Amino acid sequence: MFKRFKQLFRNWAFRRTVETGTVVLNQRRIYIIPSKQGFAFALVLGLMLLGDINYNLSLGYVLTFLLATTAGLTMLYAFRNLAQLEIHAGYVEPVFVGEQARFVFHFNNPSTLARYQIHLHDDSGNESVFDLQPQCSTPVDLAIPATKRGWLDSERLSLYTHFPLGLFHAWTYIHFDVRALVYPKPAAPQPLPAASAQNGMGKVMAKGDDDFSGLRNYVAGDALPRIAWKALAREQGLQVKQFSAQQGYSLWLDWALLPNIAQERKLELLTRWVLDAEAQGLMYGLRLPDGEVMQQHGTAHRAECLKRLALYGMSEK
Amino acid sequence: MKLTAPLIYGFIASILLVSAPHTEHLPIWVSTICVALLGWRGYLAYSGTPLPSRWLLLLITIAGVAAIGIGFHSLFGREVGVTLLILLASLKLLELKAVRDATVLIYLSCFIIITNFFYSQSIPTALFMLLSLVVILATWVNLQTGSLALKPRLRIAGLLLLQAIPLSLILFVLFPRIQGPLWGMPQDAYAKSGLSDTMSPGSMSKLSLSDEVAFRATFSGTAPMRAQMYWRGPVLWDFDGTTWKRGQNATLQKPMLSDVGTPVDYTVTLEPHNKLWLFALDMPSNISVAADMAPDFQLLSRTPVNARLRYNARSQLSYRANLSEPPQQMKRALDLPRGYNPKALQLAAEWRAKNVSDEAIANTALRYFNQNNFSYTLEPPLLGTHSVDDFLFTTKQGFCEHYASSFVFLMRAAGVPARVVTGYQGGEYNELGGYYILRQADAHAWTEVWLKDRGWVRVDPTAAISPARIQSGLSAALPDNAALPFMARNPPQWMRELRLNWDALANQWNQWVLGYNPERQFALLTRLGMEEITWQKMVMNMAAGMSLLVGIFTLILLRRLVVRQSDPVQAAWLKVCKKLSKAGLVRAPHEGPEDFTVRVIVARPQLAEPMKDIATRYTNLRYAGADDESALRAFKDAAKSFKL
Repeated sequence: MFKRFKQLFRNWAFRRTVETGTVVLNQRRIYIIPSKQGFAFALVLGLMLLGDINYNLSLGYVLTFLLATTAGLTMLYAFRNLAQLEIHAGYVEPVFVGEQARFVFHFNNPSTLARYQIHLHDDSGNESVFDLQPQCSTPVDLAIPATKRGWLDSERLSLYTHFPLGLFHAWTYIHFDVRALVYPKPAAPQPLPAASAQNGMGKVMAKGDDDFSGLRNYVAGDALPRIAWKALAREQGLQVKQFSAQQGYSLWLDWALLPNIAQERKLELLTRWVLDAEAQGLMYGLRLPDGEVMQQHGTAHRAECLKRLALYGMSEK
Repeated sequence: MKLTAPLIYGFIASILLVSAPHTEHLPIWVSTICVALLGWRGYLAYSGTPLPSRWLLLLITIAGVAAIGIGFHSLFGREVGVTLLILLASLKLLELKAVRDATVLIYLSCFIIITNFFYSQSIPTALFMLLSLVVILATWVNLQTGSLALKPRLRIAGLLLLQAIPLSLILFVLFPRIQGPLWGMPQDAYAKSGLSDTMSPGSMSKLSLSDEVAFRATFSGTAPMRAQMYWRGPVLWDFDGTTWKRGQNATLQKPMLSDVGTPVDYTVTLEPHNKLWLFALDMPSNISVAADMAPDFQLLSRTPVNARLRYNARSQLSYRANLSEPPQQMKRALDLPRGYNPKALQLAAEWRAKNVSDEAIANTALRYFNQNNFSYTLEPPLLGTHSVDDFLFTTKQGFCEHYASSFVFLMRAAGVPARVVTGYQGGEYNELGGYYILRQADAHAWTEVWLKDRGWVRVDPTAAISPARIQSGLSAALPDNAALPFMARNPPQWMRELRLNWDALANQWNQWVLGYNPERQFALLTRLGMEEITWQKMVMNMAAGMSLLVGIFTLILLRRLVVRQSDPVQAAWLKVCKKLSKAGLVRAPHEGPEDFTVRVIVARPQLAEPMKDIATRYTNLRYAGADDESALRAFKDAAKSFKL
């Protein structure tokens, strides 16, 4: 309940527009309130003042006032630590479900002041802490776990600092129109459809030794049965067997030919196959109920296929 | 945030600094344990060893608290509180895990600083406080920034403190002061050395070893002669054979002065002594603070003097005091303990038989001291049960209390009413500050005898043996090898001046910083032209002053945010771009002058002529190396006169 009110208040009090281009943190965007430690310190100062009055400690007054004004001044320091920063969002690499999307923000500090301990975080508690050197531009990553396929919005992010003494919480909200493309999670390794239709599940090895054409380095998404375990045992690192017979094959990864499983499972399986087919250097195409991608090969093709799978059934925003 | 080794070192330094002034009054074993604990923590941080187990720490804590409880016989009170705070702060550092704990430790350090002010509020203490604050703030900044190096940390801390000083000055002057105490204070709050209300052999000579300031006095007119400067303190009536006590006055009759001469006016700044009496020159007639005058001319404050007290007083130097004294007081002034000092009683009886007048008896006694090889010394031999007899007939060496005590004894034995008066005599003149310093070493005891038609007359038997004590001070009266405090002896001239200058500074500090109370605040604000001072007005003035200063600081602090363009060519070009951007023609970051010009001309053909001119001049200055003075000026003019 309280959380909901907090959210409502926030939406009402702070702008909720999505921004493009470069954002400059001016004084209208930076909010400051005392932190919990700040309130605790105020309490300590109050106690000190009572002691000063009671015991007539003149030097105690001096100390109390010094600490109080120092604490007050740190408000200015906290504001200054954020003020006039220029931020723009960078390109976000697509990721698979289960991985972390790395949102990149470029922070430019045009002033001659170093900025310390700036926290960038979202409402789910993903956080990144950084310092900014004077007159310098710094890219800052914020890793947000990708839990669903499709577009992952960075949502509204908070940028805050407790510098220098942690007594004040100075913060601002930034919401850029950046989003990460999240591909479906690749299914557990399955034999490719055309090449292994009769062999059944997981029997890729049965195709015969004559086709074996060599080893190459393992890349993420390679099927487990293809891993050269013997090579690994010889401490040659993680390598994958390649089969020459598969070179030049072309195949269709067809939604319609899949067994009757849940839609998301189908997408995961197709994702797995796109990865495998690309890794094996095959020509492959993708047929989905809402259209097809022609048979092709290459990184761009793979990206196109994966994007279709990621956004399948979603209205393009 | 991680608790890194430099952060731990910072905490160790902070705790060491804030506890250092306390070592003076901490039990030695507590200091040792604290230093050992901090050293241990430092070693753990240095070697990267994990912290000790919680059980061990709990054990040390319980043992430490128990030992303190046993050592002090209590777990309450100020001394114990401070000792516990310091021990717990050291222990806390050994179990420091989270930032929150670390913040608590910072607050604790600040609190330990304030406890030190119970003991000392001098200028060095204030300077030491600033040093401790810099270290604490630097550690605090480190807590928030983690990786920052020591030098920038110290810089931030120092800057913060420097900026806070003028602000806190305003608060100090204008914050509405309330006179404490708000609640009762522990009894040990103000333990001070000084005169007591009893006198026994050795009590004065013990005080004369102390350099501590008792009070300072400024005369508004000419100061009286040194030999007349008897600062009256407790008056002692009752003698039990060894000790003189104040006893109870047997009358409520107000003391009376008659035949007075020209009065002297002066201001006394009394150091807190936690007793009731106030000091004034013989004989006081007026005082500016709430005080009562006892029948024996003793000024008594209504509450113990536990803060520095400033008062104006008026005294009469020539007087007749209490020409009529009620019989019950007379009886007190003649009372002697039975069975003591038979030889002295006999001597007094001889004098009584030979002399008619009381005055003559007093003079006989003084002559007796003067002519029988009595000597004045700080280290008199011990006396037995018949202390007066021993002193008068055997040892013949004594300090002022011996002379005063035996003189009053002799007078009473001869039937002359007499009493002992204690206080301070003389004082050191500080030319820089124009005031007299009275130290504990100036403590003195003299006597008063009551003579018919003259009332109470001051008689100082010490002057009979050692006139130099009264006229020039203690150092002149004693041999050079006596164990006198440094200032009471005669140091070289330059050192003496240095000490006096320092005391003048300390006096100003006492008056204006430490003695800044509601009355002082009121007086200062009136002098500054404020009328009808109310706390609302003070708060308003305070707010105004603070906002003004904060405004200035804001300007200074935020100045560095604005990036100044140091390149004049670039500055002029940006000015043109800014003018264009107001018309909606914003130069993209990647757009060069030529491309931008083309775009501007397409959008605003009427700007073609000046725009082309400016772009050409800019590219020439920028890229063709034609950066002579006249070209630059022409470009600047063109940029200035550029209009949409």
